[in-house]
Amino acid sequence: MASSPAVSVPAPGVVLGRAGGALARGIAVCYLSLIVLVPLAALIWSSRSQGIQSFWDEVTKPEALAALKLTLGAALLVAAFNAVTGTAIAWVLVRDSFRGKGFFNAVIDLPFALPTIVAGLVLLELYGPNSPFGVDVAFQRTGLVLALLFVTLPFVVRAVQPVLLELDREMEEAAESLGAGRIAVFRRIVFPNLLPAILSGVALAFARAVGEFGAVVLISGNVPFKTEVSSVYIAGQIESDNPAGAAAVSVVLLLISLGVLLLIGAFRHWRTRHDR
Amino acid sequence: MGITVVEVTKQFGDFVALDDVSVAIPEGSLTALLGPSGSGKSTLLRVIAGLEEPDRGQVLLGDDDVTQQPARARGVGMVFQHYAAFKHMTVWENVAFGLKVRKRPKDEIRKRVHELLELVQLEGLAKRYPAQLSGGQRQRMALARALAVDPEVLLLDEPFGALDARVRKELRAWLRRLHDEVHVTTIIVTHDQEEAMEVAGQIVVINQGRVEQVGTPRELYDSPANESS
Amino acid sequence: MIARYSLRFGALGYLAFLLLVPVGLVFYRTFEHGFQPAWDAVTNPQALHALWLTLLIAAIAVPANTLFGVVLAIALVRHRFPGRGLVNAIVDLPLALSPVVVGFSLYLLYGTGGWLGGLSDHGIKILFALPGMTLATIFVSLPFVVREVVPVLREIGTDQEQAAETLGAAPFTTFRRITLPAIRWAVCYGVVLTTARVIGEFGAVSIVSGRIEGKTETLPLYVQSQFEGFNTTGAFAASVVLALIALATVLAMRMFRPREGVG
Repeated sequence: MASSPAVSVPAPGVVLGRAGGALARGIAVCYLSLIVLVPLAALIWSSRSQGIQSFWDEVTKPEALAALKLTLGAALLVAAFNAVTGTAIAWVLVRDSFRGKGFFNAVIDLPFALPTIVAGLVLLELYGPNSPFGVDVAFQRTGLVLALLFVTLPFVVRAVQPVLLELDREMEEAAESLGAGRIAVFRRIVFPNLLPAILSGVALAFARAVGEFGAVVLISGNVPFKTEVSSVYIAGQIESDNPAGAAAVSVVLLLISLGVLLLIGAFRHWRTRHDR
Repeated sequence: MGITVVEVTKQFGDFVALDDVSVAIPEGSLTALLGPSGSGKSTLLRVIAGLEEPDRGQVLLGDDDVTQQPARARGVGMVFQHYAAFKHMTVWENVAFGLKVRKRPKDEIRKRVHELLELVQLEGLAKRYPAQLSGGQRQRMALARALAVDPEVLLLDEPFGALDARVRKELRAWLRRLHDEVHVTTIIVTHDQEEAMEVAGQIVVINQGRVEQVGTPRELYDSPANESS
Repeated sequence: MIARYSLRFGALGYLAFLLLVPVGLVFYRTFEHGFQPAWDAVTNPQALHALWLTLLIAAIAVPANTLFGVVLAIALVRHRFPGRGLVNAIVDLPLALSPVVVGFSLYLLYGTGGWLGGLSDHGIKILFALPGMTLATIFVSLPFVVREVVPVLREIGTDQEQAAETLGAAPFTTFRRITLPAIRWAVCYGVVLTTARVIGEFGAVSIVSGRIEGKTETLPLYVQSQFEGFNTTGAFAASVVLALIALATVLAMRMFRPREGVG
C-alpha cells in the first residue's frame, strides 16, 4: 500500500480510494457473513439449544455413530488410495509422453464438472443390478467406495502435477550421477519434494469424501449400520423431523471440515519451509 | 583414468548436437570444453557422464567401453551450472548422499563428509539448507558432493556461470588448486575463453557439434584455429 | 522400460475404468430405446422447468460470486485487516464442507423458529423457493473465483498499480485499466469452475428446496426424481444434458487453465 508523507494531505482521489477500499472490504465481509457465517452460526446455535447432554446423546446414538465410523473409515481408505493412484497418474501425465495425453489430462476434471447425482446414477447402472459386467456392488460398501473414488479423483492429481512440473530435473540427474538407482532417486529426491503436495491433495480428497452426498445416495442404498454415511443420515434425520439429531451430526462434520482446513494450512506452511 | 570419445554423434530431432566427435582426455588432466552456446559442449559432457546416450560412437573410461552404461554405473562426479542442490536436505546430507546410496558404514560417512567440508571450506555450514547458502557456497557444496564418492572423473557443466564475476574468479583459482591437490581427471565446460585459459591444462574447442582445435592454452593463444578464438 | 509401460497402462486403465466407461454409459443408456423417447424425456414441461430453474440460479449465483469474489480477493491480498486469516478460512470452507450441512444450516436459519424465519410471515419465501436455493448454491460455489484470483494478484504485485497511481490515475481507473486486465484469465477460469459447481449442485439444494416437482426442482434434482419414479430414460436423458454441460466445462477449463504445460 502506498503511504503518503506525514506532512501533506492525501489527494482527494486517494482518500476516496481508501474509503472505497474500506467500503469494498465492508461489503465483502457482509456478503460472506450473510452467505456463510450466519447460517453456520444458526446451525451451531441450534445444536446447543437443547443443551450439551442432548447434543452428546444425538451424536452417540448407535445409528449416528455407525454412520460416522463408516464415513470416516471410507474417507480415509479412499484418501489413502488416492495418494498412490493420484501420484501415479500425475507422474504419467507429467513425465510420460504419448498420443492422447491431453485428452486424459482433461478427463481428470470430469468428476469435478459432472453433477454428483449423475455420477451416482451412472455408477449404479454400471456396478449395480443392471450391470453389463455382471458385477453387483450396490447396497454394499464396495459401491460406496467406488462412488467416493470417482468424486475424489482430481484432488491429489491436480495437487501433485504443478509441483512435479516445477521439480528441478537436475537434482535427479545429480542423484543418478552419484550412483542412485531409479527407485532410490524417487524415494530420496522426488518423493520428499512431492510429499507436502500429496498430503494437501489427500486432505482435500478426505474432506470431499466425508461430505459427499449425491454420488453415494443412490448406489450405497443407505442401509443403516451398513452403508449409511453421515451426510445421508443427516438428510434422513431432517426428513424424520428430528432436527436436533441432524444438527448434532452436522456440527461434527463441520468440525471435521475445519480441522482439515487447518491441516491443509499447516501443509502449505511446511511445503514452503525450504524456501525460507 | 583417461577418457576417450570415439566418433560420437548425437541428434535431437533434426538438430545435430554432436557430429562425429573424437577426443582424448589424458588421465589426471584438467581439460576445458570451450565453445559458444549451442556448440554441443554440454551435450558432449552429458554423453560422457551417461546422462545422454549417443546415436553412434563410443565412450571409454580408461579401457572400458561404458557407452551402454547409465550414469549411475559409471562412477563420474558431476557438477551442474545451477547447482542441482538437494534442497530438502542439509549441506551435510547433500555431501553424504552418494555414500549413503552406496550404503557405506556411518563412521566412514561421517569422516569423509567432514574431510570434504573442510576441503571446500564449508565446515561451519553443515546443518544449513542450500537455500540459506550463497551461490558460491552452493557450488562448493556441489563439488564436495561429487567428490565424496571418489569419482574417476569429475565433470563440471559451466559450474561458475550462475555466479557473479568476483566469485567466479575466486572459484576458478580455487578449482585449479583443488585439482592440483586431488588429481582427478576433470572436464570443465565453459563458453568463457578467459576461464578456459586460466584453469585448464588442455583446451578442446568445439563449435557446431565438431571439434575445431585441441591444445594447451599457450598453443591456442599462439595459433588459434579461427578468428573468434 | 517395462516399468514405464506398466505405470502408464495402469494409470490410464484406472482412468478409463473409473471415468470414461461411466460417462460412455450415460450416452448409451439414454439412446438405448431410440432418440425419440430420450427427446421426449427432456422436452416435457417438468424437465424444461428444471432446466430453466437450473440456468436461472446459475445466472444469479455466478455473477454474484464473480463480483464479490474479485472484491474479496483484492481485500485479502492488498489490504491487511484484523480477521484476515478468518476470512481466508471462511472462503475455503465450502470446499471442505458437506453440502448437506450447508443445506441444513440454511434450513435452520430460514425455517420456522429460525433467526430469519420471520421473513416468511412477511411474504418473503426463502425456503422451498428460489431465494433459498440460490443462497445455498452461492454458499457452495463461493471459493472458486477468489482462490483463482488471489495467487495472480499476489504474483503481479503492486508495482504496476503504484506506477499508475504516481502517474495520476484515480483508484478506480487503476483498477479498471491495470488490475482487471491482469486478473482477467484467472477470473475466467474461476467463472468456469463456479458455473460447473453451480449447475451440478445437488445436496444443499436438495434439502433447501423441498424438491417440489415442477416448482423447486433443478435438473440434478429432476434426475433423482425420475430415477426414483422408475423413469430411467428420463433420468438418463437429463443426465446427458448435464453431462454435455460438464464436457463443455472440461473443455473450457482446459482453455483457461492458468499454467499447465501438459499435453
